[in-house]
Amino acid sequence: MDYTQQLFEQMFGADWGMTAFILAKNIFYIFVIVVPLLLAVAYLTFAERKIIAYMQIRVGPNRVTFFGIPWLRGWGQPIADAVKAIMKEIIIPTGANKFLFLLAPIITIAPALAAWAVVPFSPELVLADINAGLLYILAMTSLGVYGVIIAGWASNSKYAFLGSMRSAAQLVSYELAMGFALVCVLMMSQSLNLGDIVKGQQGDSFLNWYLIPLFPMFLVYFISGVAETNRAPFDVAEGESEIVAGFHVDYSGMAFTVFFLAEYANMILVATLTSIMFLGGWLPPLNIAPFTFIPGIVWLLLKIAFMLFFFLWFRATFPRYRYDQIMRLGWKIFIPITLIWILILGVLLQLPDSSKELFPLNLWFK
Amino acid sequence: MERIKHFLKSFLLFELLKGMKVTGRYLFAPKITVHYPEEKTPQSPRFRGLHALRRYPNGEERCIACKLCEAVCPALAITIESDQREDGTRRTTRYDIDLIKCIFCGFCEEACPVDAIVETRVLEYHGEIRGDLTYTKEMLLAVGDRYEEQIAKDKEADAPYR
Repeated sequence: MDYTQQLFEQMFGADWGMTAFILAKNIFYIFVIVVPLLLAVAYLTFAERKIIAYMQIRVGPNRVTFFGIPWLRGWGQPIADAVKAIMKEIIIPTGANKFLFLLAPIITIAPALAAWAVVPFSPELVLADINAGLLYILAMTSLGVYGVIIAGWASNSKYAFLGSMRSAAQLVSYELAMGFALVCVLMMSQSLNLGDIVKGQQGDSFLNWYLIPLFPMFLVYFISGVAETNRAPFDVAEGESEIVAGFHVDYSGMAFTVFFLAEYANMILVATLTSIMFLGGWLPPLNIAPFTFIPGIVWLLLKIAFMLFFFLWFRATFPRYRYDQIMRLGWKIFIPITLIWILILGVLLQLPDSSKELFPLNLWFK
Repeated sequence: MERIKHFLKSFLLFELLKGMKVTGRYLFAPKITVHYPEEKTPQSPRFRGLHALRRYPNGEERCIACKLCEAVCPALAITIESDQREDGTRRTTRYDIDLIKCIFCGFCEEACPVDAIVETRVLEYHGEIRGDLTYTKEMLLAVGDRYEEQIAKDKEADAPYR
């Protein structure tokens, strides 16, 4: 590291050398995060097709392989799909607003990738260790909806527009429940920094994770996350049986693929945030010998994979919610639950210190 | 009481968990997919695939140009022209089947008095340009020559039921 820093100082002079070095370092870290993330997205599509196929007693993609190696059959599928999508033509419909039409997919994917800046992979591994991390995450995940709305409007098609209207209403309703669920996490950890939130869950075992005291909030957050990413059973924005394909009905080729990437990147993001805030991030389930040997990032990846499996499981199981049922669930069930839980949590936090020494409470309130 | 039970059931996501249990169980169920090019589903001896014109064991073509198949064909896929051969027998000069029109009903095979036109078990054939799937007499006879053994066996297997 020092050597590289000196190299930059020689190249750009003493004044600019440090700035250039920091810039180069950050760009390098961004690549280190984004490239594996996009690969993970590609293979998440493969995992989705495989798992849903298995749940439907099929076998899923099992043809495309690398260099004809038989035991890799199927693993080349995401690469083949990507090549196909890149080679396809991007059709811009007559009457569409060309600029916004092409801008929309970029607006959708940019926040999904930008949010990863504050995700702590292990106590040291975090690109931007900022104190308002959770706020930043909330802001970024909400920005994604603009892409959907702009896409629906710029396509100049009624189906696309209906899809974006539905998506906008859905996001507004679930953002509230999601925010309140996160308020509970804040009350427990007393910090907005994601690293500190994980450190607050440190202890002897998984009983210290916020999953246990905040179990209803965990469910609310995760279900809202499913709704936020427009995944089944909340995928009314796409609703292929009612409004063809919703907001991306007029997109083709790479423009469509970018929407697709954004959806899956968002899925991974929600799974990551769930594991950081409720499943103890990089912490091992039991703080004893065989578990502590495994590095923290592996535990985090395992938890992310576990949560992602639920996304796929939901999609294979549930039929799509009717639009009014989505609204009912968001406004009349989730928000009251979160409000009640915030109240309960507030009372617990205000208990005298002596009662916090008692068994279950001493795990979480330190 | 009933209302409380219902409330608890829906509130604790009981039905949803039940649904997830079903899909979760099927995740580990044996898969029923037939891996097509490697594995194939069994075919009946009566399978109706690509057409063929048969010959007698001495090499003489069976078709006598009675045009019953042309008459019975509901899709008008068969076109026959006939003439007298040098030895005085009646033979077809043209026997075309347009496989794009054909609906594979098997009526031609039923109508044929000499078992000349048959439908084989072959289903893996294709055309690449227009006209590829109009099979002429020579092509049909070639198909018949190629699969004669299988055709004879299928005819024999089906004979007791006719």
